[in-house]
Amino acid sequence: MAVETLKFLPWIPLLGAVLCAICCTSPALRRLAGAICVLSVASALALALGVYFGPQSQAALSGTTVHALRWIDVHSFSAGFSYYIDGLTMIMLFVVTGIGALIALYATGYMKGDRGYARFFFGVCLFIFAMTTLVMADSLVLLYLGWEGVGLCSYLLIGYYYDKPFAVEAAKKAFIVNRIGDLGFALGIFLTWTTFDTVSLHEAIEKARHILEHGGEITTAMQCIPFLLMAGAFGKSAQFPLYVWLPDAMAGPTPVSALIHAATMVTSGVFMIARLIPIFELSTYALPVVAIIGTFTALLAATIALTNNDLKGVFAYSTVSQLGYMFLGVGVLSTTGGIFHLFTHAFFKALLFLTAGSVMHALAGQLDIRTMGGLRKRMPVTCWLMFAGCLALAGVPPFSGFVSKDMILHDALARGLHGEPLFFVLAIAGLFTALLTAYYTFRLWFRVFMGPERFEMGEEHGHDEHAAHDEHASGGHGPHEMPWWPMNLPLVVLAIGAIAAGILAEYVGGEHGWMHTMIEHSTASVEHEFHGELFGLSLHSVMVVLSLLIAALGIGTAAYLHWLRRDAAGVLEQKFAPLVKLLVNKYYVDELYDLAIVRPLRGCGKFFNLIDDYLIQGFLVQIVGGWGPRLVGYVLKPSQSGRLQSYGVGMAVGVVIVMVILIFKLTGN
Amino acid sequence: MGEPINDVALAHFLLTGGLLFVLGMIGFLIRRNLIIMFLCTELMFQGVAVTLVAFSKFHLDVSGQTFVIFVLTIAAAEAALALGLVVLLFRSKHTLDAEAWGELNG
Repeated sequence: MAVETLKFLPWIPLLGAVLCAICCTSPALRRLAGAICVLSVASALALALGVYFGPQSQAALSGTTVHALRWIDVHSFSAGFSYYIDGLTMIMLFVVTGIGALIALYATGYMKGDRGYARFFFGVCLFIFAMTTLVMADSLVLLYLGWEGVGLCSYLLIGYYYDKPFAVEAAKKAFIVNRIGDLGFALGIFLTWTTFDTVSLHEAIEKARHILEHGGEITTAMQCIPFLLMAGAFGKSAQFPLYVWLPDAMAGPTPVSALIHAATMVTSGVFMIARLIPIFELSTYALPVVAIIGTFTALLAATIALTNNDLKGVFAYSTVSQLGYMFLGVGVLSTTGGIFHLFTHAFFKALLFLTAGSVMHALAGQLDIRTMGGLRKRMPVTCWLMFAGCLALAGVPPFSGFVSKDMILHDALARGLHGEPLFFVLAIAGLFTALLTAYYTFRLWFRVFMGPERFEMGEEHGHDEHAAHDEHASGGHGPHEMPWWPMNLPLVVLAIGAIAAGILAEYVGGEHGWMHTMIEHSTASVEHEFHGELFGLSLHSVMVVLSLLIAALGIGTAAYLHWLRRDAAGVLEQKFAPLVKLLVNKYYVDELYDLAIVRPLRGCGKFFNLIDDYLIQGFLVQIVGGWGPRLVGYVLKPSQSGRLQSYGVGMAVGVVIVMVILIFKLTGN
Repeated sequence: MGEPINDVALAHFLLTGGLLFVLGMIGFLIRRNLIIMFLCTELMFQGVAVTLVAFSKFHLDVSGQTFVIFVLTIAAAEAALALGLVVLLFRSKHTLDAEAWGELNG
């Protein structure tokens, strides 16, 4: 298929969204929504694959602008629905539609029998539309449209259980925190327009490249752009200090957490920086700042995940942490590493969330891992699927998480050894975070699936009971395995990705591997070689050994404390009680924000409410607008006597007065 | 349009017009019968028309007379409408007394 056909891609899920919206209107149609969503996302994937494997693809896929629709065309400003197709776009399209289709398929089983079944799939379809628009956009304005679109869908789907106050709170929090970042992003786009005279991505990048290669004046405005865009990326991708919304976003249904808040939407910040990397290179400080914030967030979130007892909460903080790695990657100019980690993370984190969803589903909404144990006998498939995901997340060679994380840390270390001590420190912090990651990941897995069997059912008796007990015989009460179709099969595909995607993308396809080739043929390509030696060995081998040791140490500790000697964990917890308390309360960041931002703002709101009550409603409406006209009316009322003659006299007197004035005017002077 | 009238003749015409107008106004102000009041307004109309024609003759300018023709045409239409209204008012109150509608006060 010609590359031009890609312009139809985002509209297929949009059509699906419209159909799902129609399905919302009648209970009979409602059951169709799931199939519509899966089909539309899968056909978008098929289209992307068809173009990728089509005849003239390779040349066309290294940077083609495909025009679809005119949108804004005013004077010299023009922003249309034109798409920029290159290697990076294709990777993102595969992630969004591929992972999206698998998760949607899983969700048809997970959401079965839920009241808002069609509404859910409407949100998912709309999300895929917005996300594909985001990754394909050529104009920054169109990218912003997709950016806000995914934000909207995220809001709608976090607040999916709108009758639960915490879900509504979480949805609002996500939306508001994202606004802060998006303000920066919007300003960044404005400044790009005034500086580069274009909002087209590839034109702005060409101009930036030209300045970088041929030398040219780098104005202050140019140096400000990356920092403004960065704010948007940090908001959307949940980096410090705007990460607080993501853990709360887990109030949405689990497939949403997997799709939007792990695999795709939250990575769009990383995508955006990788996409615009030449613009970020214009400022000397922008990328190091990205790397520092990324590493700091990775470490911070990993420590919080250590003591979190919420099944999805651990994965939420781990997502924040892994996003930090990706930012470290693009920050050290290793765009391949950053996008590679985005790619593999999409597989294993989606897998982890969906298996966590299966556990939650089986336990009727129970999320507290302290109440769980030994579930491997009840849910063997879920157990080993999650195991595969955990191995990938913990960075055990040769699972996919290892390959990509290794590339990031390797590149950071290589730059660190070449006289940039900052990156050396960041790489060490990254390695330490890897240790924490291995520990908390397996802490959760051992807690849930190993040890003596115990469980407490949650309080959700709604759709779970129906769907689970009617559809697949579960043999009495208690947790049960999920059915193969449609739930466990997509997970198997994801697990294969979690195990092998890293190795395949690193070593198969092209001289330097598929991932490297794709990034090289995109706007994210950077001309930077990462080499280094440590202890007389190539840095690469050192990293493999180090990663293996770190993962073994982390997993070993987790196995000891949470499987073999659970009492030891309790003792340890007692010993470090203040630290544990600090971590359990997430460093009191939410409380701090509440005190420093939310309360003052709420105070302002109350103050302005008083103004509204007393000045606007009380004084202006009641007195000026109410009593004033009434008083005037009271005074003038008698003049409306209702007698024709008195009106006549009034008119006659008026005419006489006018005439007298006229006579005096004409003859007086 | 013939000879202009002199200012003595004009004064007579103006006096007639003014007299008609004042008579009409007094009638309008002191009578209560709706039809009489209506006739009085017509009287005021004619007073103005006479004045216009007189000035037209005095200045030898046809626009005054043209204007009067228009006024008469419109007055005819207006008279039909106003009389219809008077009939309606009579039907709802069974009296022609203008005071009967005093309840439409402010």
